[in-house]
Amino acid sequence: MSMFSVFDISGSAMSAQSQRMNVTASNLANADSVAGPDGEAYRAKQVMFESQAASRRGVGGVGVREVVEDPAPLRREYRPEHPLADEQGYVSLPNVDPVAEMANMISASRSYQANVEVMNTNKQLMLKTLTLGEG
Amino acid sequence: MIDQLEASLNFSQQALSLRHERQKVLASNIANADTPGYKARDMDFGAELAKATRQGGAGAGGGLSLARTDGGHLAGQGMPSPRGELLYRVPDQPSLDGNTVDMDRERTAFADNSVRYQASLTLLNSRIQGLKKAMQPE
Repeated sequence: MSMFSVFDISGSAMSAQSQRMNVTASNLANADSVAGPDGEAYRAKQVMFESQAASRRGVGGVGVREVVEDPAPLRREYRPEHPLADEQGYVSLPNVDPVAEMANMISASRSYQANVEVMNTNKQLMLKTLTLGEG
Repeated sequence: MIDQLEASLNFSQQALSLRHERQKVLASNIANADTPGYKARDMDFGAELAKATRQGGAGAGGGLSLARTDGGHLAGQGMPSPRGELLYRVPDQPSLDGNTVDMDRERTAFADNSVRYQASLTLLNSRIQGLKKAMQPE
């Protein structure tokens, strides 16, 4: 149904942005996790967006292609008294950059809002169109 | 009689469906505001509307046309070919990741387009009301 594909477009963007928000929340929550399930410190993750323009005309929604791990090196801090310190007395800390994550979070929430607005406006227009010729 | 009705509603109908097309394009721009490499698109609404109404009015050029073997046959016409040729927006400030969506511009265009859609809708509605009233027995 081409009439309702605007909802698909905005809906896909909303779900992609909320996935980005999830990843940001996970990064911020684990900003101090020195040990993960594999014994390594937590590594920051980032989502990669991909346009879903399937048609030849290049109009479409957006999706998350994959969630990639930040390749930046882990932070190392000299804490010889820490139980997880290595032989030289260094502890590996997550490579999460809290400032960048906060900026990411604000950007995601703004984009989400914009798409909600698009969807609401469209809903009103569609409802009005359905009552065409009445009354 | 019926084709006259259609002719009187044709313009608003074309305008409405083109507005809807444009709405989709703008929604897609807003949705892809954070996609690396995405190029914002838009259409030249005036030119597209002129093209659409010319096709509809002349009864030719659009989609498949119906062969008429008798002068009394109505001119039939299939769905016009997909319209709305899309152009690329020229960015004011290109970003590093190749994305050319300017959120302010897109949202302005979207609000503008919504209001104009509503205006077309109101116009079409009042035209239908007028025709209905004219057909009413008093």
